[in-house]
Amino acid sequence: MSFYIASSPHHHQRRTTAKLMQWVLIAMLPGFLAQLYFFGWGVILQLLLAIAVALAAESLCLLARDRAPSTGLQDNTAIVTAALLAVSIPPLAPWWIIVIGTLFSIVVVKHLFGGVGHNIFNPAMAGYVVLLISFPVQMTAWMPPTGLATQAPSFIDSLYLFLFQFTSEGFSLEQMRRVDTGAMLDAVVMATPLDHLKTQLSQGATLSEAMQHPQFTGLAGMGWQWVNLGYLLGGLLLLQQRIIQWHIPVALIASLAFCALLGSILAPDYLPGLSIHLFSGATMFAAFFIATDPVSAATSSKGKLIYAGLIGVLIYVIRSYGGYPDAVAFAVLLANLCVPVIDQYTRPVTYGHRKEQG
Amino acid sequence: MNSEYRTLSKDGLWENNPALVQLLGLCPLLAVSGTVTNALGLGIATLLVLVGSNITVSLVRNFVPNEIRIPVFVIVIATFVTLVELTMNAFTYGLYMALGIFIPLIVTNCAIIGRAEAYASKNNWYKAGFDGLMMGLGFAAVLVALGAIRELIGQGTLFDGAELLLGEWASSLRIQLIEFDYPLLLAILPPGAFIGLGFLIAGKNWLDEKKREKLAKAPVEKAQRARVTHVS
Repeated sequence: MSFYIASSPHHHQRRTTAKLMQWVLIAMLPGFLAQLYFFGWGVILQLLLAIAVALAAESLCLLARDRAPSTGLQDNTAIVTAALLAVSIPPLAPWWIIVIGTLFSIVVVKHLFGGVGHNIFNPAMAGYVVLLISFPVQMTAWMPPTGLATQAPSFIDSLYLFLFQFTSEGFSLEQMRRVDTGAMLDAVVMATPLDHLKTQLSQGATLSEAMQHPQFTGLAGMGWQWVNLGYLLGGLLLLQQRIIQWHIPVALIASLAFCALLGSILAPDYLPGLSIHLFSGATMFAAFFIATDPVSAATSSKGKLIYAGLIGVLIYVIRSYGGYPDAVAFAVLLANLCVPVIDQYTRPVTYGHRKEQG
Repeated sequence: MNSEYRTLSKDGLWENNPALVQLLGLCPLLAVSGTVTNALGLGIATLLVLVGSNITVSLVRNFVPNEIRIPVFVIVIATFVTLVELTMNAFTYGLYMALGIFIPLIVTNCAIIGRAEAYASKNNWYKAGFDGLMMGLGFAAVLVALGAIRELIGQGTLFDGAELLLGEWASSLRIQLIEFDYPLLLAILPPGAFIGLGFLIAGKNWLDEKKREKLAKAPVEKAQRARVTHVS
């Protein structure tokens, strides 16, 4: 009779990376479905192409590095990277956008730094930043959410737009993005809530004037609030399953909320309030799915609090004073850069030892 | 004598390349390598300054007190930079405007004062001049390679604006290799320079590694086994 002897963390449930990644994918479903409902078929097209490209790139990289592709492909990390990137970009962006982004994420950010577990940056966010900097026009062309759009593109139209940038009847994406604003008879091209606020505020409008736009219903803008609530729900599932710890999401949301409250006390007419910051853009997605990446985040509990708090502050600062309407990707990359320092100074004391006097 | 020149050229162009190995002078390297023309212009300017300053430093090396050699070297370098700057202002005005502050900034290029201090102040003038030539060529080659990569990915062209450097006839040098509807702006922007240089350095190290592996594979003569224990 032989005993199985395992080393110290004696988990009752032995989870593999592949299992964890499966849970992340499952937890993304509510937010993904909300995106699908509000932004149309493009989301699925992006996801499928991203996964295909990610798996192909992953296999080629593993082959080039003399490793068996099968082991690397089974851990699902490439699929998660692809999925995170696919839901971050506008659903009807042309197909080559997601191809370039996924290739950069997998080949440069992940494998050139040493593959799974060695990337210092979050691959999906680095890929997103490359796309955002390189193709600003395509990367900000979000469709108006269903309910505001004058015509919601059908599946066939979405496919045409995705592949050729024109619908089967020859409408361009710009034409498809027009909405009836009600107040004005002219149809205008739609911007995301954060983008809209940024433009209006920079043109001298006050916050309440900017919020007159019909897309601001409920918490933080049509569609977006539901997407955020969906990711919040998925994130709670991850917490409940103990895939992630509470530190990062809580610290990120708390520091962002603190900044937002402070901002709306000091300048209520010029800085968007709490609900906008928490439930618009990619806040919940970042808090539960992006910042919690176990590889590029800080390690210790205290480090995680500092790391996520830093992301929250950076998101607020860049959103309010930077050139881009949303800031999750930049904030996460900047915080990734700080992780080695954070880890250095938050190393937990070994049990039984005293804290070093320094 | 001959082998020394060979070592000098090998060092400057490859083994001890200022941009790929010493990583000196990165500020102009990264800032102006957006197109081949800019890169070539700055590469030639740096080359001229490097050769001139190396020769001059070598000639005056015995008259300069050791304590103030660095200020003297800097003045020599600054003189040559001023010469190059005024020349470019006179003959290639468009390029002069395009490169802007980075021409006077050649003074602060560590590769130049580095060679003055490390080589020219210890060797005679023709060796120092040759060293400057090779180091300058190595620097310019990396600059042009990086410029070509960035221009090709970012605009799909090569030699765009070559007439700024070479005169009117050179406008026909411009080649449109790829037609982009939406160029990859990243390549033209500063991050593209850092990423491109990273790839160039990685490529050089990879080539060196291949060469070393090839050498290592050459059969080694088996050493005679010597018995050291239990000798009876």
